[in-house]
Amino acid sequence: MSAPAAAIAFRGTAAWRRNLRLHGWTVAVWLVLLALVPYWRSLSQQDLEFDLQAVAIDALPLCFAAMAQAVIVISGGIDLSIGSMMGVVNVLSAKHMIGMSFREALAFSLLILVLTALAGAFTGLIITLSRIPDIVVTLGMLFVWQGVALWIMEIPGGGAPLQYSDLALGSVGSTLIPNALVVVLVAFALVWLPLRWLRPGLAIYAVGSNRTAAYLSGIGVARTRVGAYMLGGVFTGLGGLALTASSGIGDPNAGVTYTLNSVAAVVLGGVALVGGVGGLIGPIAAALVLTMSKIILLLRGTDPNYANVYQGALIIFVVVIGGLLARKTRS
Amino acid sequence: MEGAVFRPLRVSCNGMSKQTAALLEARGVAKHYGPVAALRAADLSVAPGEIHALLGANGAGKSTLVKCLSGVIRPDTGTISFGGRAVRARSPMHAARLGLAPVFQDPALVPDLSVTQNLRLTGMPLGRVRAELAAMELSVNFNEQVGDLALPVLRMLDLARALARDPQLLILDEITAALPSDLAERVFAVMRERREKGRSVLFITHRLAEVIAICDRATILRDGRDVGTMVPREGGEARIVEIMLGPEAARAEARAAELSEDDVAVAPDARERPDAVAADAVLELDGLRAGNVQELSLRIAAGEVVGVAALEGQGQDELFEVLAGERKPESGEVRLRGKPFRARHPYDAIRKGVVLVPPDRLLALLPQRSVRENVAAPHYSTPLRWGPINMRDEGRRVRHAVDALQIDMRAARQVRRLSGGNQQKVTIARWLASGFTTLLCNDPTRGVDVGTKRQVYTLLRELAADGAAILFFSSELAEFPLVCDRVLTVYGGRVTAELPGPAADEASLLQAMHGLDLEEAVA
Amino acid sequence: MTAAPEALARPGRLRAAQQFLADNPVIVLVGVLAVLFIVTDIVNRRDIGEPFITWNQLSTTLLVAAPLGMIAAGQTLVMLTGGIDLSVALTATAAAFATSWQGGNGEVQGVAAGLAVGLGIGLVNGIGVGIFRVNPLIMTLGTSSVTFGLLSIYAGKPFEKIVPEIVSTLGSDRFFDYLPANLLLWVAVAAILILGLRYTGYGRMLYAVGDNPVAARLAGVRLWQVRVVVYALCGVFSALGGLLLVGFTANPDLGLATPYLLQSVAAVVIGGTSIFGGWGGYSGTIVGVLILTVLGSLLTLLDAEEWQRQVIYGSIIIVLTAIYARVSGTD
Repeated sequence: MSAPAAAIAFRGTAAWRRNLRLHGWTVAVWLVLLALVPYWRSLSQQDLEFDLQAVAIDALPLCFAAMAQAVIVISGGIDLSIGSMMGVVNVLSAKHMIGMSFREALAFSLLILVLTALAGAFTGLIITLSRIPDIVVTLGMLFVWQGVALWIMEIPGGGAPLQYSDLALGSVGSTLIPNALVVVLVAFALVWLPLRWLRPGLAIYAVGSNRTAAYLSGIGVARTRVGAYMLGGVFTGLGGLALTASSGIGDPNAGVTYTLNSVAAVVLGGVALVGGVGGLIGPIAAALVLTMSKIILLLRGTDPNYANVYQGALIIFVVVIGGLLARKTRS
Repeated sequence: MEGAVFRPLRVSCNGMSKQTAALLEARGVAKHYGPVAALRAADLSVAPGEIHALLGANGAGKSTLVKCLSGVIRPDTGTISFGGRAVRARSPMHAARLGLAPVFQDPALVPDLSVTQNLRLTGMPLGRVRAELAAMELSVNFNEQVGDLALPVLRMLDLARALARDPQLLILDEITAALPSDLAERVFAVMRERREKGRSVLFITHRLAEVIAICDRATILRDGRDVGTMVPREGGEARIVEIMLGPEAARAEARAAELSEDDVAVAPDARERPDAVAADAVLELDGLRAGNVQELSLRIAAGEVVGVAALEGQGQDELFEVLAGERKPESGEVRLRGKPFRARHPYDAIRKGVVLVPPDRLLALLPQRSVRENVAAPHYSTPLRWGPINMRDEGRRVRHAVDALQIDMRAARQVRRLSGGNQQKVTIARWLASGFTTLLCNDPTRGVDVGTKRQVYTLLRELAADGAAILFFSSELAEFPLVCDRVLTVYGGRVTAELPGPAADEASLLQAMHGLDLEEAVA
Repeated sequence: MTAAPEALARPGRLRAAQQFLADNPVIVLVGVLAVLFIVTDIVNRRDIGEPFITWNQLSTTLLVAAPLGMIAAGQTLVMLTGGIDLSVALTATAAAFATSWQGGNGEVQGVAAGLAVGLGIGLVNGIGVGIFRVNPLIMTLGTSSVTFGLLSIYAGKPFEKIVPEIVSTLGSDRFFDYLPANLLLWVAVAAILILGLRYTGYGRMLYAVGDNPVAARLAGVRLWQVRVVVYALCGVFSALGGLLLVGFTANPDLGLATPYLLQSVAAVVIGGTSIFGGWGGYSGTIVGVLILTVLGSLLTLLDAEEWQRQVIYGSIIIVLTAIYARVSGTD
């Protein structure tokens, strides 16, 4: 043997650069959110508690929809049926909760979450077994769930126990921390955090990033994709329940806007539509930004319909920019 | 002696000093994809404590065999026994648990996760991998995203991950192809270390010098079969190349004869026009760099077929991509008829008469459409021709191309129902119908039958005789002398040798393609 | 040994038959349509005591089907390229509004305004999908939410709605008692599309881009050109559908074309056009449109509710895509 070889340390990207690329977008979205807050306060005539409540009502369902979409997109899929499944949960819970006590309502919520998890898994199974693209299957499911929602309840009605609504509208004790924020954080901490750093969560990223490499690393690709849809189902269920809690009523059409908005929040939140990249914190912030910008428009006296226009245009804009950035980093 | 070398080969492996039971024993392993045989019937035996090389030209079945062994794909037939027990790995993970750890050509690491996360994904203790890296005197920042790491680093990581399992058999599929020499040295050190520990290594490579230097035995595949097992140190590179070519020299000739048969044979005088070259160079490349292409220069004249012979990944794909408008060159100059040639989109190249027959038919066919639509498609690419079609005119052009290639039109309704050979003809026919001056053929006969091959050769010669300039790559070396006026061998992105067409026999090509000196081969 | 050829022959013939039908789904579809007519006729006789298969009913079926025929025409073209347009319904509605808004300034101006709106929305979709490579689902959902916002602003403002004479004639009149005026337009459009897809260069390119975009690119096709044009065309056809609709109802409202979104996708899928692109045509879509229309009549007769329709249409999309994918993928 020749002289002992010198040690080689591979130099990669600098840590700050890597962190900037990995987390820069998320941080930027949070900064945008922070920047919006004082502006929002300066426009509002109401006291803070009332305002927070108004934001929570709008933001809570969207946060969950964004989390559901984020998990599925990270795994390399997309779910167009999120909005209409939220509608199903909304009418189903409002129809039955109206006469329930708070405890019963909570138990019923758990049951619903189990059902939505199964529904998500069902969608995932159709996709992996039939090999029809995600988009087609979930487009079909969009209509199926819309029909189911109409079947359960044709015109808005039902309700939820006051205490249940308080979960979305109230605040912790007498402080200014909205319950809605706590609910989102708890769901995030209980459902996603444990997965994120363990094998199942990593597998979701792996499958979205590169299916071949994931398979060679010993991951059950189909199983993981179904699991992602199932997890998405859980978050979708939470979103539907949030709709019930925040609006206090069941409406079969309440969910329709959430499909597109969830995709927008995911893209704005730094999750690449090709999969494998991003997290849930970004989409949560993006959901808040989307909600906040709409509320600000309303506070400024803009016609609510214009708010829709701005939002639609913003979504397209964000997706275009996101696509251009993705193309640039790839080449 | 020369003739006798080959038959006793298998005997010689029996005659090895250690007559212990083999660690890995594969018998008659075969794998078909549809009608294509990727692996016909391969035997492989690896003894405990040996470094065993698996050799063969492109498409000989090396990678398929490795995938069968490591559980990525299931062989159609054949038995594999490992450590004396019959096994059938269900997945790469299962294989790893059995003690058979593969390092694949493409890194099995997920690009969007960090190194730590990737290791956690496979349930591999970080410490063990770090220790293996440290043993190779390497250090990698485990917080790094895999997508940010250079290919050589990934190979070393993959290797360390495989080593951390301390497998009975380590399978290295062309690991050195992407490694600089200092890292390759470390891999060799690891391999020797494994041997000292009584573990085995199965080593796949194109670099014959490496085989001679460290491998105890070598099994050579050809056309999906094992054609010999030998002790590389005793034979040397020349002998390995001979075995790659086939046991009898006559076989190669028979093959050539089979491919060219008199009636379609290339007219010899068509090739005897070396002086025509300088006169009107159609396409000139000067110091081109793009991906694996390093400083590549060549020129093609009208009426000339220039061959490019290379092992996999030596830059030939990038060369074709640049010329076809699919890839931007990093530097260097391309001239077409003396004018600078730059194609940002295939459309630009096609408009200037430079057209591509890609290596994979699926890249060029509209599988659900008819032969007629496929052949006519390039004609309508510009919006100026989006109006009504002159059906009679189109019919004439298509028929001309179909006749020239004798495409079987019985299943012409959908191209995907045609045989592979006919599909391949369609990819060429569309350029006949639309016209061109320079034809780029990237492996135009891959996976097609002998009859079709002969037609393609004849056609290429006829096209050249009509004044077309043709750049030709093939993974089948026997084709070069039949088709080409000149053959350039490319190794490491550079032209290593130029041979006149008739002199480009398989032996010389193989030598030059492996980066060896031609003189040596002749000697 | 002697039995072998015979044993082979039967599946061979069966396969040939299957292949033939897979190549010509229109034959099967016409059969399905005939069966549907007969079933509807029987139900009609049972429930109302009158036959359904009468000249009058046939004429009405065609009259009702024509707007969907227009909208599905655009959808067919887009889906042939492997895309999808979810803005067709709102484009149709917007065109209807534009026509009745400009209707007072003369017929030509009214019609031109409607078609221009369709072309505009289509161009925006085309630029987004073709040039900025936004996922067609997101792009078209985005433009429809913008369109919806703008429409609801204008719909809220009082303005004189005048449906041009020619539009209402085209949309609701019948010549010789039984010949719907809009059938003339439909037949013309159908002829142009069926011939155009087969005998124009652009038709070839639509199929090429949908069948294999990589191969089309290598054949020199600049994909964005084909895509921009196809979405623009889809916008114009949707606008035509909107004009026929407003000619029929004489009064534009925001929900004018809403059901046609789902039905246009369903009609194209039923008609055998591959949702992955590259295979199919308008003749199948026509039969698909008629099947959906008769199915609609049947469901009305059976007192089916909206939710049941939704579930049925959604399931049709998923199941038929799976079947077509399987039948055409057997080679």
